[in-house]
Amino acid sequence: MIAELGHFALTLAVAVALVQMLAPLAAGQLAGLSSLQRDQLMALAVPAAIVKAALILLAFLALMYAYVVSDFSVENVYANSHSAKPLIYRISGVWGNHEGSMLLWVLMVASFGAAVATFGGHLPHSLRANVLAVQSSIALAFLLFILLTSNPFLRIIDAPIEGRGLNPILQDPALAIHPPFLYAGYVGLSVSFSFAVAALIEGRIDAAWARWVRPWTLAAWMMLTLGIALGSFWAYYELGWGGWWFWDPVENASLMPWLASTALIHSAVVMEKREALKVWTILLAILAFSLSLMGTFLVRSGVLTSVHAFAVDPARGTFVLLILAIFCGGALTLFALRMSTLKAGGLFAPISREGALVLNNVLLTVACGTVLIGTLYPLGLEAVTGGKISVGPPYFNATFGPLMLALLVALPFGPFLAWKRGDVYAAMQRLVWAAAIAFAGIVVTMAIGGRGPWLAPLGIGLGLWVIAGALSEIAHRGRLGSVPLATALQRIAGLPRSVWGSSFAHAGAGIMTIGIVSMTAYQSEQVIVMREGQTTQIGGYSLTFKGAAPRRGPNYREEVGVLEVSRGGRAIVELNPAKRLYDAPRQTTSEAGIHASWRGDLYTVLGDAQAGGGYVVRLYFNPLVRLIWIGTLVMFFAGLLSLSDRRLRIGAPQRARVRSGPLPAE
Amino acid sequence: MTRKQRRGIMIGGGVIVLMIAGLLVMTALRDTIVFFHTPSDVKAGKVKDGQRFRLGGLVLEGSIKRGGGTDVGFSVTDKGSTIEVTYRGVLPDLFREGQGVVTEGRIDQGGVFRADTVLAKHDETYMPPEVAKALKEQGLWQHGKDGQAVKDQPITAKGAGKP
Repeated sequence: MIAELGHFALTLAVAVALVQMLAPLAAGQLAGLSSLQRDQLMALAVPAAIVKAALILLAFLALMYAYVVSDFSVENVYANSHSAKPLIYRISGVWGNHEGSMLLWVLMVASFGAAVATFGGHLPHSLRANVLAVQSSIALAFLLFILLTSNPFLRIIDAPIEGRGLNPILQDPALAIHPPFLYAGYVGLSVSFSFAVAALIEGRIDAAWARWVRPWTLAAWMMLTLGIALGSFWAYYELGWGGWWFWDPVENASLMPWLASTALIHSAVVMEKREALKVWTILLAILAFSLSLMGTFLVRSGVLTSVHAFAVDPARGTFVLLILAIFCGGALTLFALRMSTLKAGGLFAPISREGALVLNNVLLTVACGTVLIGTLYPLGLEAVTGGKISVGPPYFNATFGPLMLALLVALPFGPFLAWKRGDVYAAMQRLVWAAAIAFAGIVVTMAIGGRGPWLAPLGIGLGLWVIAGALSEIAHRGRLGSVPLATALQRIAGLPRSVWGSSFAHAGAGIMTIGIVSMTAYQSEQVIVMREGQTTQIGGYSLTFKGAAPRRGPNYREEVGVLEVSRGGRAIVELNPAKRLYDAPRQTTSEAGIHASWRGDLYTVLGDAQAGGGYVVRLYFNPLVRLIWIGTLVMFFAGLLSLSDRRLRIGAPQRARVRSGPLPAE
Repeated sequence: MTRKQRRGIMIGGGVIVLMIAGLLVMTALRDTIVFFHTPSDVKAGKVKDGQRFRLGGLVLEGSIKRGGGTDVGFSVTDKGSTIEVTYRGVLPDLFREGQGVVTEGRIDQGGVFRADTVLAKHDETYMPPEVAKALKEQGLWQHGKDGQAVKDQPITAKGAGKP
């Protein structure tokens, strides 16, 4: 009964979505309406957005209920759940499968729509109505996708007694919350998309538009950042491969919208402050969401050769491809039609804040392009010549790497360049300290790094350069050094939160760079057979193998190894890498034994028992690896800080009050 | 500077970055991509000597031999031809006889495939798509191994987690 209720709510949501989509469009297009009638039609979109979100939430809760009570008469629950599973994984199991995750996706679309309806009171009514209409068309497309190809509420006539279980490697806390964040990021970009399309429909695009759309883009970017980081963290400690990023097509699918939305945040600043780059910003907003949709298509259709790819269902693939073609194609067509009507904005010299942000955008989008080529090339080649190839990490290191390097070298200069016309030499003078710190970092790394590749110290220096550059900006704005310390600190404390936000975000990128470089260049690995009592050294630790013993868990059996870790003769910790065999589905997984410290992670994996006694063990020392995720966390909180800036939060300006003339030179 | 000149500089700069990126992409694609072949392809001489490639197929039943230490030997077959593979390291959790596998490496003088990577799978009913396709082309594998409909296969980790 509950499942039918969910199914019904979902179907009803389709009808409400239709109303939300058509009412504002009708108000704009139908002839012979009075202005009161137009207003009423437009206003209809607001309650519709809220009701639609409520209906989809109801459907989602219905499915969650079926999972929680283990109602195996629902096919989706039977295929993906098991009654012996702990409660949290029965709940996260809702989005641990195709149908449920699409329901979560559409719930997010509707929630963002309801948020725009609720918090968009300051927007012009026609813009808000059009944004909601576009947003609703996206929700409608995915509602139909769910109902026609991936219905999670289908029943089985003879209900089985037990379910088939959730893939055990999905039974993990990080992965339980990873999809919701990632989806919030993907779908948050649909708001920027809707704003762009609505502005194109209206034909009015100005600085105020950029200011309205920026918080939404920022929120989506934050979610995406955290979602990707969680996924990477999970892959790091759960897969037992000792790596954190594999350039898997599915990972690339989430990286591309992230790169595009990072570019979008920056170009929206130029548009907001200087009314320049309008055409480009609108295009980016469209592309960012199109990349999200493409990611969905790539994963949901199983069209890509990926070690992670799963069963191919042509009907679903075709449907998502159709959605992608309609939204991406439609928006780009509209863009092409309206592009010529957009007036060119403020002038600026190539060396200027705007110029720096353009460079940021060029590098990020080109980098995004190289990832796109690397991801789609195997598909294209197979379609044309039939040859099967794989494009792996070497390709991405050779293309994506240099572009990111250029971006990081240039990054600290940007905030020090003035709008309209900047001075590189003045910026350099202000970055002297940052350069000194970076140089010191290079020297120190060379001294202690030793055996690593020669590029590695430069990479560490680059990370320090970005961090110190970001801090220099704060110091410079507070006039640290040229006014008394107390005054400077007061000035620093009074800086707008958006300044803190951007500085922290850049520092986060620097922190992450250091983590990535040191993990890539200085990771040590050992694969050996260890017998009981045997000792080995890695990363300054000494590990003694004390054997392995079987153990019984709630829904698995495991073989647990015991490794005593000591450093400098002092016992530190006992690590228990394990090999698990789950009851349902019967599948083996590795549980890595990890000892984390600021110096780095000691990472151990238990392999197979050897015929002659002993076990194969895989040992890694991953220096400074935690910085990768700490960097992303810093970026996330930087976004939060920026989002709380009162300029963005309170009373965004009405159009009438926006200056349209050029700003005076600084 | 006029608006046109400024725009010219911007576009010029963008084009230069694009060209550099294009060059990087072209060289990288030429040097780093790895082709996929089945044992039959290898026997038919489709692989140049010393070329690095991915070898995919099923792990032949009864072929796994553990050497001293971490050395492992097994055979990959597509039921038409079979190739011996050696690998040093820990095999993925779901490596099993009779299951699909993808390995990456080179063929040595003795005709043995020296793999440095054995690709992990995420799922007990999962078949690497390249392998499935290659086997299907030879009519040796259909959807629904073990009588299971393909859509009933549990969804793999990355698939469910990352849309």
